[in-house]
Amino acid sequence: MILTISLLVPLLAALLLAFPLHWPQRYYRGFATGIALVPCLLLVIAWVNFDTRGSLFQHVHEVPWVPSLGMAWRVGADGIALAVATMSSFLIAGAAFYPVDTYGRARQYYAWILFLQAVSLGVFLALDLLLFYVFFDLNLVAMYFLIARWGHGKARFAATKFFLFTLCGSLALLLGILGLYLSVEPRTFDMRILIEQQPLAGTGLLASLVFLGLMVGLIIKTPLAPLHTWLPQAHVDSPGPVSAILAGVLLKMGTYGMIRIPYSMMRQTFEQYALAIAVLALVSILYGALVALAQHNLKRRIAYTSINHMGYTVLGIAAAGALMSDSPMAQRLALTGATVEMVAHGLITGSLFFITGSFWQRTREYDLDAYGGLAAKAPVLAFAMVLAAFASFGLPGLAGFVAEFQIFAGTFAIYPWLASIGLLGILITAALFLQMLQKLFFGSLPQRWTEFTDLGRDERLVLAVLLLAVVVIGIYPNVLLGPIEASVTLLVGRP
Amino acid sequence: MPVGDILPELSLILGAAIILVSATFLPRQRHLCCTLLALMTLAVAMGLTLDQWSLTNQLSFKTVWAIDRGAVIAKSIILAATFICVLLSPQWLNKDRRHGEYYTLVLFTALGAIVLASANGSMELIMGVLLSSAASYPLVAFHRNWAPSTEAGMKYFLAGALANAILLVGVVLLFGLVGDTAYGVIHTQLAARADPWILTAGFACVLTGLCFKLAAFPLHTWMPDVAQGAPVPVAALLSVVPKIGAAVALARFVQILPVDFSWPALLACVAAATMTLGNLAAVWQKDMRRLLGWSSVSQSGYALMAVTVLNRTDSALPALLVFLAGYATANLALFAAVTALRGRTDFADYAGLSQKQPAIALVIVVSFLSLVGIPPLFGFFGKLALFSSTIEGRYLWLAVLAIANTVISLFYYLRLVQIMYFKAPEQSMHLLGKLSWGTTLAMGIGVLALGLAAQGVLALINTVGFATGNWNG
Repeated sequence: MILTISLLVPLLAALLLAFPLHWPQRYYRGFATGIALVPCLLLVIAWVNFDTRGSLFQHVHEVPWVPSLGMAWRVGADGIALAVATMSSFLIAGAAFYPVDTYGRARQYYAWILFLQAVSLGVFLALDLLLFYVFFDLNLVAMYFLIARWGHGKARFAATKFFLFTLCGSLALLLGILGLYLSVEPRTFDMRILIEQQPLAGTGLLASLVFLGLMVGLIIKTPLAPLHTWLPQAHVDSPGPVSAILAGVLLKMGTYGMIRIPYSMMRQTFEQYALAIAVLALVSILYGALVALAQHNLKRRIAYTSINHMGYTVLGIAAAGALMSDSPMAQRLALTGATVEMVAHGLITGSLFFITGSFWQRTREYDLDAYGGLAAKAPVLAFAMVLAAFASFGLPGLAGFVAEFQIFAGTFAIYPWLASIGLLGILITAALFLQMLQKLFFGSLPQRWTEFTDLGRDERLVLAVLLLAVVVIGIYPNVLLGPIEASVTLLVGRP
Repeated sequence: MPVGDILPELSLILGAAIILVSATFLPRQRHLCCTLLALMTLAVAMGLTLDQWSLTNQLSFKTVWAIDRGAVIAKSIILAATFICVLLSPQWLNKDRRHGEYYTLVLFTALGAIVLASANGSMELIMGVLLSSAASYPLVAFHRNWAPSTEAGMKYFLAGALANAILLVGVVLLFGLVGDTAYGVIHTQLAARADPWILTAGFACVLTGLCFKLAAFPLHTWMPDVAQGAPVPVAALLSVVPKIGAAVALARFVQILPVDFSWPALLACVAAATMTLGNLAAVWQKDMRRLLGWSSVSQSGYALMAVTVLNRTDSALPALLVFLAGYATANLALFAAVTALRGRTDFADYAGLSQKQPAIALVIVVSFLSLVGIPPLFGFFGKLALFSSTIEGRYLWLAVLAIANTVISLFYYLRLVQIMYFKAPEQSMHLLGKLSWGTTLAMGIGVLALGLAAQGVLALINTVGFATGNWNG
């Protein structure tokens, strides 16, 4: 019930904002932030009440919807879903609060943000495959309007490309979902039954095709190279907070979906193809890092590091699903690492994109070479960016390190070669972030930025909360690990 | 004669006749009475149709007339769609001298379609096709002083005449093979012995004839012209009503073919060609009505997917009907919006619609998304059922092609959405009137509400079946 409420509150508020209200423009931001904090609070309560010795899915709430299809309003969460959902709701609340130019359409902007929060939480909390798909698709609609309306540059082109590309992925996913649905008797979209029954056990042609459909859909969303081409464009042309949501929340749907659907429901098939997925992840790690290094556009650079980081997550998932089951310990470690990486990447890259949004609000300029010497001019902004960048390439003591350490420690036991090559990715990311910081903050200050102002109060508040979480997770990961490890143990322990 | 079994059809004929007489004698400014009469007739026919719901699947008139839930559902959708089209008409036509007669033709078009839905013999099939064709030729050319309308009417008539002739040839070939027109007899005879060449030719001819009504490849080219040139309420009518009748008629017809005859392969090719051609042609359209015409062609292709797998899975017939219902709702909403906007059709004229007419712009977006199949809109459940039964029927390649087509369709829908939402309006936008505006809004709400209440619709439609008498089990 608590999860249903956390979904419905932002959804109803978004519906309210869909009507012409004629409030003063500044009220909308406060209203949206207040509403967006409600699910945060509820999810924290759900988190605290999560029973680590209980069943896999908890806080389950079920209402019949379309029984003749075997579809129902089923929500519930395991530790993995709850961790990612809680991170997402905080990030979106931050996005609602983060000051941004809404071009005089504050009501519509915040309506879409709240709608996006509801449907994003829906993806992570759904226990019904069709409900999952419903929310998965509705995300695209919300994101399309946010980018096309409030973006800059070639925003409409980017939004259309994003919508078409990811719809293609969604539909591939739908075919896979239907394949699973048709193979279970009696037909149902209930995830719990599908996980329990493993309907397409084996590696026949049908199982492989279903697996292919699911993975193509999720890989486009994640995205892994070579299906990532929608991402940089969409990021560069979105407003900062929307970019933060795109990177922090929407990309997680791909990796979360991998854990929830192919990994949990088609374990045998997953084992068969785990190595191929791991190789694909490795390609993304290296490709994302190298291409990011080559970017001169601040936002493009960060966007490509997302491809690299999602590569780590997928590597962890692939290792956790590999055939060698003589090292369940390592597999648990890898899957835990993948989950922590999702949370960490959401917080860290979310912060980085918030900061790029602040840059855009001040300068309308993303070219790294146009900057320099801002450390003295905007010390708080510089500090936040340095902290987030260090966290992003995995400095010990910060959240990124916990995640990457677990992923690589787990993967070494399973795919030692892949893990060793993958470490190169961390090296390159470190280089590219250091170079980025150097270009932005050190050297001489160009004449045109003498009026550059430091972060405002609201911006500081959002970044402080997110980066504090990054530090806390880095120093004391146990705040996060209890429920995650409980669920991971149940998932990996499955035959 | 069991006259009671054709009461809905009789009520339409009676209503059409009364309207014709009234239109002759009423002064022009009172022709609104004809609108009301038409609405009442449709409501009565609807009531009489629903009354047949409780009758279990049975055949009437010596087995050539089917009364089953498949027919009842199809007829209900047809009658409801006609009702909407009539609602859109009065403001469009009230300056026309022939306003009253218009409704007679509309009712006869609908009558042809519901005859198709019940036709269980090849004579009835021909009757339905000819009736709905003949009544709709003058409707398309109703604006006889406007060149595009007469051009569309001419194209529609020529294509129709050709298609109907081919259909007749097909029926005659089948009759020559078995010596009867009742589906039951044809089925038994064909199963016993059939010359495969004549059977193939006969089937191909009948299929071609029905493809005309469906606006499917190879006789789809009239659809965009009609959508562009015909009065918009007529375009709405012809893009929905005959299609539903023909789809159900085709579904009935393919069941009489022998099991070893590989008609699904042929049908799959027609479906693939229809959806792909329709979508590719729609991509660069700059004209809203033509765009809707082409998109309607592609939707016929999707519908044919369900007919393709009809004998391989029980879920195909419900899928077909759910899909058609979803398509009809969204498509009518779109044509209603165009009507409410006084038939404006150039993309450029839609610039900034979201600011001038936010409600109509929203209805257009929601209907587009429903046609794409974005959940939880009504169209999603249609597509879901369709994909599901296509996969179940082991036509995976067709489902994958449909998905590729869906992505293409999103592209051209988004082009218009961008113009409506992200371009500044250049001119004032006048509406046709409150009635068409209200109808548009109601249809838009319907697209969403029927999706949210999908359980009710599915529960009804999942019980459908075809009456097959004592053949085919």
